[in-house]
Formats: sequence, structure tokens, C-alpha cells
Amino acid sequence: MIRYVLNKFIFMLISLFALVTATFVLMNAVPGSPLREEKATTAQIQKNMEAYYGLDKPLVQQYGVYLEKLAHFDLGISMKQRFRSVNQTIAQSFGYSLRLGIVSMITSVLAGCALGIIAAMRHRKLLDNLAMILAVAGLAVPSMVMAPLLQYLFAVKIRAFPVTGLHGPLDYVLPAIALSSVSIAFIARLIRSTMIEVLSADFIKTAKAKGLPGHLIVWRHALRNSMLPVVTYLGYLTANVITGSVIIEQIFAIPGMGKFFVQCVIDRDYPLIMGTTIFYAILLLASRFLADIAYLFVDPRIRISAGRMGG
Amino acid sequence: MKTLLDVKDLSVSFGVYGGEVQAVRGISFAVTEGEAVAIVGESGSGKSVTAQAIMRLLAVPPGKIRGGSITFAGQDLLALPEKEMQKVRGRQIGMIFQDPMTSLNPTMTVGAQIMEGLVRHRRMSRAAAKKRAIELLATVGIPHAESRISQYPHHFSGGMRQRAMIAIALACSPALLIADEPTTALDVTIQAQILRLMKELQRQTRSSIILITHDLGIVADLCDRVIVMYAGQIVETGTKREIFRNPQHPYTKGLLRSLPRLNQAKDEPLVPIYGTPPDLIMPPPGCPFCSRCEEAMQICETDVPAFTRLSETQSVRCWLQHPQARPEECGGKGASA
Repeated sequence: MIRYVLNKFIFMLISLFALVTATFVLMNAVPGSPLREEKATTAQIQKNMEAYYGLDKPLVQQYGVYLEKLAHFDLGISMKQRFRSVNQTIAQSFGYSLRLGIVSMITSVLAGCALGIIAAMRHRKLLDNLAMILAVAGLAVPSMVMAPLLQYLFAVKIRAFPVTGLHGPLDYVLPAIALSSVSIAFIARLIRSTMIEVLSADFIKTAKAKGLPGHLIVWRHALRNSMLPVVTYLGYLTANVITGSVIIEQIFAIPGMGKFFVQCVIDRDYPLIMGTTIFYAILLLASRFLADIAYLFVDPRIRISAGRMGG
Repeated sequence: MKTLLDVKDLSVSFGVYGGEVQAVRGISFAVTEGEAVAIVGESGSGKSVTAQAIMRLLAVPPGKIRGGSITFAGQDLLALPEKEMQKVRGRQIGMIFQDPMTSLNPTMTVGAQIMEGLVRHRRMSRAAAKKRAIELLATVGIPHAESRISQYPHHFSGGMRQRAMIAIALACSPALLIADEPTTALDVTIQAQILRLMKELQRQTRSSIILITHDLGIVADLCDRVIVMYAGQIVETGTKREIFRNPQHPYTKGLLRSLPRLNQAKDEPLVPIYGTPPDLIMPPPGCPFCSRCEEAMQICETDVPAFTRLSETQSVRCWLQHPQARPEECGGKGASA
């Protein structure tokens, strides 16, 4: 089991290294330079600035320097953010994205599971159909449509929630719904289909023959066996919620990381591109890693095969 | 002997595309206290459906109980509300299923699955239930029960899983144990062990058993009485001795002929029953076995025979045994056509 975890961890590091390298190469392959568009600079100033940022050195050397700094968790200094370090920029803005992300994740899992379970238990009845219509709608409407709609309905017309900003707990409601609608729908469909399958399994019949009431059968016997695909999806969901928040943050004027993620590419702000990309990558890989570990707890059968894998 | 279970004129059908499959068509039988009864028949004869109807485990829809009554220990099971039925399941009637590989929850420890019933029906504390579960596992012959109890089903072999299933079914000492093909999915050597275990446990607990099987060979070991089902009906019932020594229905005879015997000559082939059972969406008007029966007469095609009592314990549903059947009529279909 320790070998299983260690294996997954090493794979995570390898993926991260590959990603850093790919980003670095791609970034430099894109035409344009962070300094080219500066107005009215003499050739000498250009040269000085390039030297300051180390852009005059050959690419391989730049890459080496970057890796060395990265090993010390130093993401360098932004070229456009008034000479603030990338670490600072991320530290200041990530809190907003993280809080919104966590709220959306929790909303997705709870609402998705609830809808899915209800649909599975009322299979082919009215509630099932209603839940699935809702789920299809949730999947079909992208968040950039959902968000303005929610703003218009609940902030402008009904005035129940503020239109933008992220200060009090009420402010989270609309962005969280907009951000999680797709994943709620996805999880609901996932849980529904797995659960319908699990509910027809032999061991459910055994549980019934023991005289357990319906809610205990679902809770103890069916739910855990239906959770595995959801756990797999959680890793992906984290990615979805974080990158999805780029759009949502713009619409709801939330000072999160999403703004920098887009702006830095337009600016060719090399350190910030690398910094935000690596940061997101670490988040995604870490969530995948956690999902892999979560399997161990959801399904005991993986524990044994994991043990075998480790020898 | 007091009657424990009394099934009267039970009919069960399943709604399917294009009609209704009449899986069980008016069967009646009784099980007395401490008795072991076998229900024998081929796939689709309605024996498992009967068992699930007694436990009320049929999915409704598509399943539907068309008529009849099931009386167990004085209560009408078909009229019980679901909540009351939950108190019967597991506590008064235990059930063992065919495939031990899929009948246990893979994400729960074996112990937890045995304890569930005890906590539910006996209101035991978790500690007491655990102690009892260890005893039960030891009773069904699993060594090192105290450590085995916290293992998961995938740590158990097929035979051990079926033993664990038996422990689950017997946890609350039910008055009736229904075993639905309990050995079909097991190796032959394990089959014998499981049957011996069930026999031993029945002797100890004096519970009644309904053993559902398509294998007449395992019936001889365990049961006092045999019910032979065909196409949703009972065609013959009798004591074990009567069914094996003196079978009267052509179907029962056919089943016995298709079994290998130790004293049989090596080159003597087994005789199969040719043909297939009738489609139960539109059951034939006469005897359902008629199209496969070597001794069928004209009346067999048009009228369903009634039961003829041959002894205190044996009765058969066949025109050949009808008191008014004339011997010259019994020449088979070939003679009349």
C-alpha cells in the first residue's frame, strides 16, 4: 500500500516535470516577447532589460536557471505586474479562487449525489424524469450563459443576491451555482446510472433478504458501491472548477487568479505564464493523486491489488 | 406436526414486451415444522420465482402476484405491509442465494454483513453482535473466525463465501431457511461440504428448509420430501423414497433417467428429455409436458390433468394416473395419430 502511494507520487513528479518543460518550450515558441511592445525604448534599454530578466542568454541556460529557481519554490518576478514576484501575485489572488472552488466542489458533490440517488430510487418515475431533465439542462447550458442568467434573475429582478463581488457568504451563492451546474448534472447522471446497476446486484437482494429497510440498503450497500466513478470524476472536477472559474471570476468581478491566467498570456509575461501554469498543474496533479488515494478507502478491493502491485 | 408455511394456489407473472409471462401458475404446497422440502425443476420452471414470492423479493413491476395466498406462522405474507414484512425477512425466514461470488457486498467486511441482521432484529449491541457473528462463522466451519470476521468477501474463496452466506441467513435463527440453488455455483467437492453443513445445522436448529435445485442428486442428501415443478406448475410431489423409487410422472421419470448412476454400465448412455419447455406467455391448454412426453395421449393436448393421489404423501398431475384412464389408451401419441 505504501508502494502504491509512492508510485503514484513519483508519477505525479514526472508529469509535473514534463509539463514544466512543455510549457517552457511552447511559451518560447510563441512569437513576440514580453519587452518588444514597450514604447519608445532605445536598443540599449532593450538590451539592458533583456539582460535584467536573463532573456539574452541561450534558451537552454534560461531553462536551467528556471528549473533551479523552481526547485527553491521561486517562480520569479512578473514582468508586467509592477515588478511584483509571481509568488506574491498567486498568494494574493488564489485565496478567492480556492474558496469559490471549494464551495462549488461541495455543492456539486452534495447536490449531484442527492439528485442521482433520488433519480435511481424512483427509476422511470416522475421524480427520475424531472431530475434528469434538470441534469440535461445543467449539462447543456455553459457557465457563461448560466452566470448572466442567474445574475439577471436573482440579483437584478429579485434582488436576493448581490450582482458581483465576493465579500459575505451570500455572495458565494450565484457564482457557486454557475460554476457547479455542469458538474452537478454530470455527477447526478453518473450516480444514477451506476446506482441503478448496483441496485440490481445480487448483494442488494441479500440485504433485502436480511430484512433491512430501503433507506439502509441504499445508504449502506448501494451508495458506497456507486461512489467509485464519482471519486474518479472528482480529480477531473477540481480541474473543471478551477479553470471554469476563469470565466466565472470575470463575470462576477471576483479578484481571483483567473484574470492573471488569461492576461499573462496576452502580455507574454513569461514568469507569470510559467507560474500560473505550474501552479494549476500542481493543483490538478495533487487532486488526481488524492483521488487515487481516496480509492483505497472507498473500495477495499483496490487495497489488495495495490498491495500486489507493490509486491 | 404443525404447518409452518402454507402456499395456496399461488400465481405469479411478469409483464414483458408483448404480454405476460405466467411464471408460476397456481401452485399449492405446505411445509411443516422441521421438515426439509426440495423444489426441483429445470430453468424457468418457476421454482426461484416461488421462493422470491414467499420472501416478497420480486421486483414489482415487472413481477406481479396474480393470486393465491402465502401463510407463514399464521400470518398472511401477501397482505403484510412492507414494514412488517421486513421483520419477517431475515428474522423468521432466512435465504441463501445461488452465487456466493456476487451475493456479498464487496465493500463491507464479512462480519459487518453478518452483524446487520442481528443488530436490526435482535437489537443487539455492536459488541454482542460481533461476538455472535464470530460464533456463527465458527459454526459454519470457517477457521480463525475472530480474524476472518474483519476481512472482506474477496479474501474468501467461493465455498467460504457460501458458508458466510449461510451464517448471514441463520444469524437470527429463522424458522424457515430458503436455499435457492445454494450449490450450483460451487465445485462438486465443495457442494458436498455445503450440503453436509446445511444438514448438520438443520439437525441442530430444527428449522425447516426449502431447497430449490435443478439437481436431483443433491436432493437425496438433504430432503424429506420432493416437489417437482414444470412450466410453473407442480407435476408431482412425494417423499424422497417415493420420488426416487417410484416416480409416476413422465417428467420425473425423465429427470431421473438423465442422472448418471454408479451401478450403470459404462457404455449405457444417459437419456435426455428431448425438446424445450412451452412458452409461458401463451401456455398450452393441456398438460404443459405433453409436447415432450413419450406417453402423451389425445386428452393431454386439450385438458390440464388434475392431481391424482397415489398415497398419503404422493400425488401426481398426469392423465396416465387418472383413475378413469384405460390401459389401452396409454399407448402414446404415435398410436393415436
